Amino acid sequence: MKIVVCVKQVPDTTDVKINPETNTLIREGVASITNPFDEFATEEALLTKEKYGGEVHVISMGPPQAIEVLKNALAVGADKVYLVSDRAFAGADTLATAYTLAKTIEMIGNVDLVICGKQAIDGDTAQVGPGVATRLGFPQLTYVAKVREIDVAKKRIVVERMLENGREVVESSLPAVITVVKDINEPRLPSLLGIKKAAKAQIPTLTAKDIGVDENRTGLKGSPTWVWKIFSPEARGGGEMLTGELTDVVPLLITKLMDFKFIK
Amino acid sequence: MAKLIIDAETCTGCESCISACPFGALSMKEGIAVVDDKCTFCGACVDVCPVTAITLEKDEKAVTIDLGAYKDVWIFIEHEQGKVSNVSFELLGEGRKLANVLGCKLCGMIFGESVDPFLKEAIAYGAEKVFVMESPVLRHYRTDPYACAAVNLIRKYKPEIVLFGATTQGRDFAGTVATTLGAGLTADCTGLEIDPETKYLKQTRPAFGGNIMATILDYPNYRPQMSTVRPKVFPMPARDDSRKGEVIREPLPMTEDQVRTRVLEFLKGAEGVNLIDAEIIISGGRGVGGADGFKPLRELAATLKAAIGASRAAVDSGWIPYEHQVGQTGRTVRPKIYFACGISGSIQHQAGMKTSDIIVAINKDPEAPIFKIATFGIVGDLFTVVPMIAQEFKKRLGR
Repeated sequence: MKIVVCVKQVPDTTDVKINPETNTLIREGVASITNPFDEFATEEALLTKEKYGGEVHVISMGPPQAIEVLKNALAVGADKVYLVSDRAFAGADTLATAYTLAKTIEMIGNVDLVICGKQAIDGDTAQVGPGVATRLGFPQLTYVAKVREIDVAKKRIVVERMLENGREVVESSLPAVITVVKDINEPRLPSLLGIKKAAKAQIPTLTAKDIGVDENRTGLKGSPTWVWKIFSPEARGGGEMLTGELTDVVPLLITKLMDFKFIK
Repeated sequence: MAKLIIDAETCTGCESCISACPFGALSMKEGIAVVDDKCTFCGACVDVCPVTAITLEKDEKAVTIDLGAYKDVWIFIEHEQGKVSNVSFELLGEGRKLANVLGCKLCGMIFGESVDPFLKEAIAYGAEKVFVMESPVLRHYRTDPYACAAVNLIRKYKPEIVLFGATTQGRDFAGTVATTLGAGLTADCTGLEIDPETKYLKQTRPAFGGNIMATILDYPNYRPQMSTVRPKVFPMPARDDSRKGEVIREPLPMTEDQVRTRVLEFLKGAEGVNLIDAEIIISGGRGVGGADGFKPLRELAATLKAAIGASRAAVDSGWIPYEHQVGQTGRTVRPKIYFACGISGSIQHQAGMKTSDIIVAINKDPEAPIFKIATFGIVGDLFTVVPMIAQEFKKRLGR
């Protein structure tokens, strides 16, 4: 099994706060992390390799500092990692990103399984996984909560997809792209040896030229959508604290809620 | 290639742009703002610079397509287990407004094995035309045949706008359709508007866990303009069964052996009400203390026909399955009333629920951040307060 995992470096939105005076984001001290869903993707690749054999390649498209998330991947046991980085990729929307990642995966070649996180926590689009699958011409299985089995010889996979009201068990041919949710596994922590190895590793950078992309289809140039405006959402108005004896407060709350006429 | 240019002469070093940048790409160097490789050319800094020292230079793209060939607003009518999803009707309501501004038709697109009842409903909720593909291959939602159906219809009839619900189905499928067409797709929109001058679609969506909002446009040489839209953002339109609509049937150009996936089984969730459809959600966090701690929440949920949610803390402790998790690494919900019981309200949890119409917070800790966003807050022990709420509702509702 040759497995490719796509990971993204994202700001740890935990720390993003809005300055109430200027209504802008305060970014000072915002750490960068591996997109949480991509950690589940990486773990699933490692588990798959342990069970069925093979190799795990991890790729990340981003600015040079995205190398950090690839070091994390190396530290937990990825066999090979690549940073996909070029100014020609900057400003990419999901279409251009999916194209660039798919070209990288094609360059790696002979891939059986591509694993992505369900979505990244900064953009929250969940569009890149399906986009990569479409560009590669692979079937896609999104929102995967469990990989039931893989038949390497027959090139097929059975997964459980988490939908709104239950789980769908689906079988697909391989190669395929799966996108995973949190329930699928518990990511391992890196070993001390892994961390040491990752710290010393030279991480190869793939540029537009290396992966042979058409630069009209990458970055801002290859993106059909553009950001016209960014603004802060309206802050939720300060709430009303209901204070006093609970025997008074609870009926008051119910009266207030019943006034909205939502409850039937 | 695009460039962000900061005029060192004009820059006053006020640092307004630094905090405006969502990507942390700007910093100060010798009193002047400088940009690094993290810049994505979003233009947030351009808007805030008080002295217009920042300009964004983009490659001009020549419009190479005939924009006039694209017309009408299309809504993908999604159905699951024999029922059309409410979000499709909500989109027909919002699509009506867009079509009125554009002076074009509102159309539905429905796929399935036999969809007659669904297309009648689509017309009753406002579709003037419904494009239909029926085939046993389309019985269950699957990416391959659904994407094939949509791509073929869109290529043939050239809609100007196509909207999908941002459900698991819509989000799975729209990405494939947009990629195949090479069109833009804006995910999880919460606002749609037609620009009065250009007539282009302005798509507003939350990003960074809801901490910022972005309005997205499609360049004019990419059509259709496509978005997935969050459920429950737009109201249900009025249903009128006397409405008439035109039905256009096309054959699906795909056979079963061309489909690469097979649905083997559907495992229905244990809960009666799912989080996405629920009008009321009762959610528990660390404060419930254990799996048994959800009992009073379930009793209240039964009284109100509500769904059960949970914070990450409760899920990670193994008290309740992941399906219930609300927040950044769980589901995003938007009920009419969200009860947060024993949930402190971390920013990750808020990302999944803060657009609920009404938030009721019950927490022992008066300093819990959840109270800052709660419509109504009660400081107290949930094991006392929640049963009292259930009792009071039972009394008033006669249940």
